[in-house]
Amino acid sequence: MGAPWRTPERRRGKLAALSIAAMVILVGVPLWWKTTQTYRAWLPVAQINELAKLQLQLSADVEVVFARGTATPEQQKKVPVTQTQDEDHAVDEADLSLHRLSESPCGSLVIYVIPESSSLLPENVNVYIGQRRTALLRIGAQMKVGKTLKQLLAHLEPRVKQILQVMSFSHNDITAALSDRVRFSPDNKESIADSMRAFKSSPGYEITFSLLNPDPKSHRLHWDIEGAVQTYIQPLLTKLSPVANFSLDSQILYYAMLGVNPRYDSSRSAYILNADSLAHVINPVEARLGSNAASSNPVLNFLLYVPDAHHSPLYIHDHKKREVQTNAFHSPRWGGIMVYNVNGFYQTGTNFPVDVNINMAKVMGVFLAQLRLLLGVQSTAPPSSFQVAPCGSSGLADWELDRLMWSRSVENVATATTTITSLAQLLDQIGNIVINDNIAQQVSSAVTSLQLAVAELEVGNLGFALQYSKEAILASEKAFFDPSLLHLLYFPDDQKFAIYIPLFLPMCVPILLSLLKIVSEVRQRRREKQAKKD
Amino acid sequence: HRNLNGAGQFFSSGHTNNWAVLVCTSRFWFNYRHVANTLSVYRSVKRLGIPDSHIVLMLADDMACNHRNPKPATVFSHKNMELNVYGDDVEVDYRGYEVTVENFLRVLTGRLPPSTPRSKRLLSDDRSNILIYLTGHGGNGFLKFQDSEEISNVELADAFEQMWQKRRYNELLFIIDTCQGASMYERFYSPNLMALASSQVGEDSLSHQPDLAIGVHLMDRYTFYLLEFLEDIHPASKTNMNDLFKVCPKSQCVSTPGHRTDLFLRDPGSVLITDFFGSVRKIEITMETINLTDPIKQMEEK
Repeated sequence: MGAPWRTPERRRGKLAALSIAAMVILVGVPLWWKTTQTYRAWLPVAQINELAKLQLQLSADVEVVFARGTATPEQQKKVPVTQTQDEDHAVDEADLSLHRLSESPCGSLVIYVIPESSSLLPENVNVYIGQRRTALLRIGAQMKVGKTLKQLLAHLEPRVKQILQVMSFSHNDITAALSDRVRFSPDNKESIADSMRAFKSSPGYEITFSLLNPDPKSHRLHWDIEGAVQTYIQPLLTKLSPVANFSLDSQILYYAMLGVNPRYDSSRSAYILNADSLAHVINPVEARLGSNAASSNPVLNFLLYVPDAHHSPLYIHDHKKREVQTNAFHSPRWGGIMVYNVNGFYQTGTNFPVDVNINMAKVMGVFLAQLRLLLGVQSTAPPSSFQVAPCGSSGLADWELDRLMWSRSVENVATATTTITSLAQLLDQIGNIVINDNIAQQVSSAVTSLQLAVAELEVGNLGFALQYSKEAILASEKAFFDPSLLHLLYFPDDQKFAIYIPLFLPMCVPILLSLLKIVSEVRQRRREKQAKKD
Repeated sequence: HRNLNGAGQFFSSGHTNNWAVLVCTSRFWFNYRHVANTLSVYRSVKRLGIPDSHIVLMLADDMACNHRNPKPATVFSHKNMELNVYGDDVEVDYRGYEVTVENFLRVLTGRLPPSTPRSKRLLSDDRSNILIYLTGHGGNGFLKFQDSEEISNVELADAFEQMWQKRRYNELLFIIDTCQGASMYERFYSPNLMALASSQVGEDSLSHQPDLAIGVHLMDRYTFYLLEFLEDIHPASKTNMNDLFKVCPKSQCVSTPGHRTDLFLRDPGSVLITDFFGSVRKIEITMETINLTDPIKQMEEK
């Protein structure tokens, strides 16, 4: 009898089943794999991991200049002396002329060492910190005679270090700047307060000045805000332009109450606001303050409140029930409020409404001080034997700007590194997210900028370091917050099965069955062949 | 001269601002109670001081101006019609079909298109305490959005982890009022998260009372008693989280509310309600002023 498997139809059937199976396995599976793959552009993961270690080295250039009479002739011969100095002037003039002698670039310092007997500095002051980047250090009495160069330098080193800590950066400052990554428990309350008060580093800030007039029927207020901003605030902001961009606006709010009832104090015949009630002042007002809808930059609000005629004058008391000189308070990472009493400008009984011109110099003095605090310019108080020059017309000394730039650079580098590393981690963890080319490009440029910033910090080029760190932050934030990186692609495995089984199972079942049939027929054929042989 | 007065206040909580993200995920008239839930939390949060600029309110449907509302422009929490939680100045940021899982996750992680206005963004920083309130229909491990999609507890936990990576919060309080709500906080793994839910896995959250005039159930039990509890809180009150955990016991709620505090660093007894529901500002007295009498003259000298 003819073997059933030898008929041409059966053979054609077997060939068909085999070729379909081959197609599916050799062409279908790779095609499906390729087309369901998510597009992931290449990321420089190795460099990112390298950056994640965050080894930062900061170096500041310090030039120490010995004045005539500080070093003995023997010491002079060994130390290359480059400048000599005339001592007749008063301290700030000396500071000025010294500045002209050597214009220090951003980030560096010059310390002039003056003799013990010098009359430039008052008795109890050993160090004078100038407005620019210079400091005057009085050498100690014991260094007068008979000391070697080594001892002289050993004597000076801790003093110079102390000056550096005040003028450039100290360990606390850098740790505070790294507070994102380093869970530090500081030993003093002031550093916690400092780190919470200043706004985080941001490429731009918005400053809004608001005049609150709860009583327009009594007071017609005039404030030359544009002129005041131009004269008093703009110089500071221009000086701070390497650090961030600032946009300013102003507004006047009528019938805006404080929300807290002040207490009348008959002994001073004035209304008092206690420090405890100040915390509740801001919220009712904040609802009425607008903000620029287009930008997402942090907003600093400065409010000038003129009390209504029935509650004038209004004074703020601190926790110890003492009157506050500035009559102002501020809230960390929000802004400041100043109370401006106008009852002194007119007699009782005059016809309301009264025209009042607000003294913008006084107001801006307070706002400028608050602005410095909120931007993080202020820092720990210098040691007692230090005298610091007033900060000048722009409201910011050069070395204070340097301080800010140091801590901002470090903060930017740390934040950008954290962002990039967590982005890389996230993209690694979730295999389903599509990584577009533009994201890969942003990440690469962020990594490059970070490397450049770290290199510049090492060398001490503060200006460039800050610029690169800002570029790094912008690129890393753009990459991290790109709208296309949406983590909505969570597919649990059972859902994957549920999608693929209805598609592939009906197709695979006939193929599998025919393959099995072929295999069983081959096996049977072989058994029959064996049987024939035996 | 430095101001040392306010430093002591900073210890108790490390936050300087408060945010709230309040989401109602259900649409259709018969889910009136979910909108009422969200609006009552919104109302409490506003009353205790958080401004609209710091609240992201997402309502999937409009009940106040719904065609079927016999009392238009109102949303009541109880059939005695005493409290209109819709109020006069409600500001809804995401409304109707804008309330999707994608938008919710975009708000949380910050991955919004650049054209998004400020009011639709969660602009929190590392010193923000955030309150997140979700309500709607849920199940074991998921929450239903708009009757067409779901968010799973894994996605939510991952979204919070991304927020943590980018330091977008200081502390986060998560409250959910849905059936089997406790399943939604099971998978959290980021630090400083505290979670409350209206019911355990396997239990349903029940609604409070129907109102025959309006024709639907007005509010869910858990949020009803939560609102009652919050009405007693004022900006200066010192009530802490342990009292919040006691809200709506089984006798009132029928379901068993649950909470999770193992990821939270502080002891719940030291956490004030106003740390999350209100906005108490830290204050420092300004001690210094800059002498600006004659800047032009000073510039001439130089």
